Amino acid sequence: MEQTVEFAPATGVLSLIWLLVAIPLASAAVLLLLGRRADKWGHWLGVLSVAASFVLGLVFFANLAGLESGSRSAELSLWEFIAVGKLQVDFGLLFDPLSGVFVLLITGVGSLIHLYAVGYMEHDPGRRRFFGYFNLFVAAMLLLVLGNNYVMLYFGWEGVGLASYLLISFWYTRPSAATAGKKAFLMNRVGDAGLAIGIFIMFATLGTTDYGAVFNGLSGLSATTVLVLGLLLLIGACGKSGQFPLQAWLPDAMEGPTPVSALIHAATMVTAGVYLIARSNPVYTANETLQLVTVAVGAITLLMGCIIGAAKDDIKRVLAWSTVSQIGYMFLGVGLGGGAYALAIIHLLAHGFFKANMFLGAGSVMHGMHDQVDIRRFGALSKHMKITWLTFATGWLAIIGIPPLSGYFSKEPIIAAAFEREVAWEAWVFGLAALLGAGLTAFYMTRLFVLTFHGPARWTEDNQHPHESPLIMTIPLILLAIGSVAAGWLMSTSVADWLTPVFGAEQAEPHGVLSHTMITILSLVVTVIGAGLAWSLFRRGTALEPQPAGVVVTAARRNLYTDAFNEAVFERPGIYLTRALVFLDNKGVDGVVNGIAAAVGGGSGRLRRLQTGFVRSYALSMLTGAMLVVGAFIAIQLGWLV
Amino acid sequence: MSDFPFLSILTLLPLVGAAVVAFIPRSKAELAKLVALVWSLVVLALSIFMWAAFAVDGDRFQFHESYPWIPAWGANFTFAADGIALVMLMLIAILFPVVILASWHDVDQSKRSAPAYFALLLTFEFTMIGVFAAADVFLFYVFFEVMLIPMYFIIGSFGSGQKQYAAVKFFLYSLVGGLFMLAAVIGLWVVGGRTFDFAELAQGAGSLDTNTARWLFLGFFVAFAIKAPFFPFHTWLPDSGGAAPAGAAALLVGVMDKVGTFGILRYCLSLFPEASRWFAPAALTLAVIGIIYAALLAVGQNDLKRLVSYTSIAHFGFIGIGIFAFTTQAGTGAVLYMVNHGLATGLLFIVVGMFVARRGSALVSDFGGAGKLVPVLAGVLFFAGLASLALPGTAPFVSEFLVLIGTFSTHKGFAVVATLGIILAAAYVLWMIQRTTQGTLNPALTEVPAMSKDITLREKVVVAPLIALLLVLGFYPKPVTDVINPAVQATLQDVGTTDPAPTAVADGKVGG
Amino acid sequence: MTPDYYLVLATILFTIGATGVLIRRNAIVLFMCIELMLNAANLALVTFSRINGSLDGQIISFFVMVVAAAEVVIGLAIIMSIFRTRRSASVDDANLLKY
Repeated sequence: MEQTVEFAPATGVLSLIWLLVAIPLASAAVLLLLGRRADKWGHWLGVLSVAASFVLGLVFFANLAGLESGSRSAELSLWEFIAVGKLQVDFGLLFDPLSGVFVLLITGVGSLIHLYAVGYMEHDPGRRRFFGYFNLFVAAMLLLVLGNNYVMLYFGWEGVGLASYLLISFWYTRPSAATAGKKAFLMNRVGDAGLAIGIFIMFATLGTTDYGAVFNGLSGLSATTVLVLGLLLLIGACGKSGQFPLQAWLPDAMEGPTPVSALIHAATMVTAGVYLIARSNPVYTANETLQLVTVAVGAITLLMGCIIGAAKDDIKRVLAWSTVSQIGYMFLGVGLGGGAYALAIIHLLAHGFFKANMFLGAGSVMHGMHDQVDIRRFGALSKHMKITWLTFATGWLAIIGIPPLSGYFSKEPIIAAAFEREVAWEAWVFGLAALLGAGLTAFYMTRLFVLTFHGPARWTEDNQHPHESPLIMTIPLILLAIGSVAAGWLMSTSVADWLTPVFGAEQAEPHGVLSHTMITILSLVVTVIGAGLAWSLFRRGTALEPQPAGVVVTAARRNLYTDAFNEAVFERPGIYLTRALVFLDNKGVDGVVNGIAAAVGGGSGRLRRLQTGFVRSYALSMLTGAMLVVGAFIAIQLGWLV
Repeated sequence: MSDFPFLSILTLLPLVGAAVVAFIPRSKAELAKLVALVWSLVVLALSIFMWAAFAVDGDRFQFHESYPWIPAWGANFTFAADGIALVMLMLIAILFPVVILASWHDVDQSKRSAPAYFALLLTFEFTMIGVFAAADVFLFYVFFEVMLIPMYFIIGSFGSGQKQYAAVKFFLYSLVGGLFMLAAVIGLWVVGGRTFDFAELAQGAGSLDTNTARWLFLGFFVAFAIKAPFFPFHTWLPDSGGAAPAGAAALLVGVMDKVGTFGILRYCLSLFPEASRWFAPAALTLAVIGIIYAALLAVGQNDLKRLVSYTSIAHFGFIGIGIFAFTTQAGTGAVLYMVNHGLATGLLFIVVGMFVARRGSALVSDFGGAGKLVPVLAGVLFFAGLASLALPGTAPFVSEFLVLIGTFSTHKGFAVVATLGIILAAAYVLWMIQRTTQGTLNPALTEVPAMSKDITLREKVVVAPLIALLLVLGFYPKPVTDVINPAVQATLQDVGTTDPAPTAVADGKVGG
Repeated sequence: MTPDYYLVLATILFTIGATGVLIRRNAIVLFMCIELMLNAANLALVTFSRINGSLDGQIISFFVMVVAAAEVVIGLAIIMSIFRTRRSASVDDANLLKY
């Protein structure tokens, strides 16, 4: 890294960027502290605070765009957070093109989902609490992307983990929800520990945790240190983004209310890992091995998500595995480096729109279907929920990458970039994996779409009458659908240019193993094949009960045995270890203590018997003692001793 | 520096209060409680004045006072406070009124005398303030032993379950440690120039014979390791914490155990610098084992109060590595951890006490789904749990982060293993939360009328200051770190270690 | 006349007293044996005082006498009350204060 990273101090309006975080945080505090007194109007406060952040975000974004392209950043130090010896960490914020884009995504999509949740949660007695947690999440997520050093990032990082936990286990009286929340928090913490150690390395080697200083100091680090640092950050990213091998919590997170799945577990929080790697791009660019590992994680995860997603029957879980898979594409993108960073961010934004759209659509379906989530028991809903059907269709076409919807503009370039790896075998392996993923995505998303909205109606009478959701839920759907359609070509060039200050200018296009046109054709072909296959298979509906299946499908239904692996390798030995240690502590460590006490007590019990109560025996012992003393004196006098 | 004799007045004030409360007849229990509360608030007010009078940039030891005691031995009533002692005194002053208010109805049901309980609490405050304010090794030793007495009676008379077993175990275990220390104190007096004055002893610390210093270090260290407690001297704490009344347990782990870590910092490090460096790897190993071991044990507990006790042992492991890593960040973090742990675990114990008081049982399996009945109280328990697992935004995060980052720059392996402890911390807290407040409602709970009563006004007043402090220090810890930092640096100077420079900067590859 | 004989006499008296304490059961007899030992000690003290030409021994023997007198007062009172309650002056019967 020859060029140095410098951030301009915040001036003018941009020195108010702290309001972005403060407004939702204050709203969360009000909602959670006031209790039932805020039940009547609390949800509107929640929506308003995020909307206010969005408006402010737009203002700041416009201000940032008005600056010269070389100095498009605003760094703001609020107060000294930790100042001990050489460790100086400010409570500092940084608004630059990358965080600006994220702020708009979080608050923009966030506002829509908040609005939707007003309707979705209408009959839930905990709606105020829900909005309190939702605002808390937005505040933490904004802090995560706005921090100007890794400690601030970690601060927000754990904050979103907390909010995610609270929202997954929102219906805490359900044991499954409580367990899912705990699982999410724990697996996130595994990642957090990696990130934390990464931060320790930065301080031990560079004496700082500020983005600028760390990136500028990278050239002084050995290749091994950079590799270890990057791998640790990658562990953190995997934990938060549900990437292999820390992906198991994300599908379980669907236990939370659907707006949560849309905002946190699809559009924003799970992309924090992508943000971390994109933000740390100098680290990843500095080491080839690191990039290879990141690309491999992305490729493995994207295939895994596709395969498992194709075997699931729960509408939200299919979408969840689809999220895992799409974030795999983003990891692939940030791992490829160079121009692919911007591609990954574009895919992230596009995914934010279409996946939020589809999740909310799924919520709308569940709303009309009495909380049924099994796609085998849907069908023919297109007649009953016109708006949901149409908006979901845009999301479906966008994710499988049909031009000119957004997915085509964001995913196809990543596939192309994968084919452009310099090492030939890598180009083939990762390129084909990405291509195969595109086909599988088309397959499982089409399956989901067809089974839900088309074919014969398979719902029975007790599912009541499917009906369209109220306007307050459909308006966000419509807006997100417009985003899914239009965002792609709006962003594809402008965002890449916009992000140039962060990722550096795109290098000259290296020549890939396949030509770009070829890749475009290929990816469209596999998409059409996958979609067509699914359409023909599921056009007439499917059986209501699980069917016997081959090895692959069974494995996919069981999440490729990853849960079984976690249980066998970590969970059960952990439980046994804990039990053994409890036994050891009570009987072993404490046994020694109590053993000494018992020995002393027992010995004293024997000695006590000497106290017979006969005065004359005491007298005898006194006499004996006196004689011993006298004898000793005499012996010393006579020189027998010494 | 102020000439007002803050420390001696601060020490004696609670003792006078204890005498006053003790003479209030049993029939006027409410009056006794009120007097005790007001008295502890007066102590708090005085401490706040003292904090204001402390000059951050001034001498290491301030508010120095000395009165002759036993001239023949050179023992004096010498009081002085450095930044470390100051923050601990402040913590004591804050926790006691909170605990007194939290324990308001603890004795009402028992046959024991309420004035006696509150008098014992004030006596305990006297010994705690004395032990942190002492700047004379003999005086410190006396307070170190005397503090066992009020706690012994609190556990033995007012506790629950196996209270007498716990009280005797607590007393004897600590006393054994104290005897090691007594031997070391006498030894130090003999070889260290026949004085007990800390400042003089610290000055002559370098001239001690290496072997003698190591033995004396061990004498002090064993006493402090038992008190803290460090693995494997920890088994008294779950018993005592489980048997003591919740408020007293909060004091037990929140304040009293800090005497151990404080003693190591003040006495072991400054008086035996060479021995401290020599023993550091062993102490670090014990501390790291403690972090992992106690966290795993906490996961496996079925008694809420024992569980919290085990979490404390894990936290003391963090404080331990912070002390023996010998860097400014780790040392400051360790002291800050002592304060934050007092607040966080104090809160956790108090809230657990509120649950136990309602349910009449501390067993996790007797709860289940309690959040449905007492949502606000469950929320407070959750917050206390979050503070305990050191979530950013709560004060313990800052201290844990400082400890780990400071340790990493000198002892990478220890720091990495300790970092795994934060995963286990999440495990034991969330597992506890899930089993008590989440999931389906345990039908037995609905049959307990008290369980349907959510947090009361008194309880709100109890938890509010602790929650507020945890949050404020979580976002803005600087006022406290600024007080601690000079004292820690002075201690590390005594030890003779300096912070390592960042490696890349040291190699000259990057400009500092 | 050497003072040694006094020492021998004191030794003999002490031995008689000690033997009496060990083998007799009656509290009064025991008491008298103790007096015998105390006086043997007194005799030895006075003798040593004479041998060494110092008054210390004689002064101490006065102390011993005072202590012995006080002891008799308290001891006899105890024996009396034990005899009244238990109808026995045997020291072996008064063995409640054990283990």
